[in-house]
Amino acid sequence: MKLEEVGRILEADLLCGEDLLLREVVTVCGSDLLSDVLAFTIQETLLLTALINMQVIRTADLSDLIGIVFVNGKRPGTDLIAMAQQKRIPLFVTRLPMYEACGRLYQYGLKGCI
Amino acid sequence: MESLNTQVIVLNFELKGSDFEAAGEASSKIKLVLQQIGIRSDVIRRIAISAYEAEMNVIIHAYRGKMKAEIFSDHTKITLKDEGPGISDIKLAMQEGYSTAPDYIREMGFGAGMGLPNMVRCTDKFDIESSVGIGTTISMTVCHNPLTIVGQ
Repeated sequence: MKLEEVGRILEADLLCGEDLLLREVVTVCGSDLLSDVLAFTIQETLLLTALINMQVIRTADLSDLIGIVFVNGKRPGTDLIAMAQQKRIPLFVTRLPMYEACGRLYQYGLKGCI
Repeated sequence: MESLNTQVIVLNFELKGSDFEAAGEASSKIKLVLQQIGIRSDVIRRIAISAYEAEMNVIIHAYRGKMKAEIFSDHTKITLKDEGPGISDIKLAMQEGYSTAPDYIREMGFGAGMGLPNMVRCTDKFDIESSVGIGTTISMTVCHNPLTIVGQ
């Protein structure tokens, strides 16, 4: 599934990375623990999180995540978006809570990093 | 450790405790250099994750530290030496889920007690030494070709 379809399924707003929406999402991780993201994801995983601090972008960059969806309508600041643009990490924000967002993507066939 | 290859790129960084703005910058720069010289992406990922976990540990727990990356053609060695409280029980600290990080660190998404075990998991060689009240030194090696066994 492409990132643009993820955006549609989650009724999400795109914050940055318009030119990267054709990236293929293979696995998804929903977590607010960055240590777990670093430990349990694989390359090119999509992250769903409610964290909106700069370390989320660092974590995504250093562990080669394919993109980030902020759940619960959490909107990050402009400095975070600027860093994501620089690191070429697409960002979405959805009003859906974590469980609902993960559930929808799972329903469409996207699995976790097992 | 000796390398068969004499070519080496050395990167040095100064880390400051509690500087969360800069946390991860050093690891990010190391990753960039590894990409520029064409190291395999799955290998870079292991180096980047272990470097980042170690860098975060210095930012979270120590007063200051030095981080050094030595990139050889067949392996990368990363060493972090910090001045800080040290670790009194390394065996306990190495257990998954054990953490002494305060609540504000947990709110940031860290402090889940996965850092040290994750460093071990991502690296081919991991060494840690610590003196209470003085500081901690961590040394990690990742082979660029996973079939190579460093030091043999």
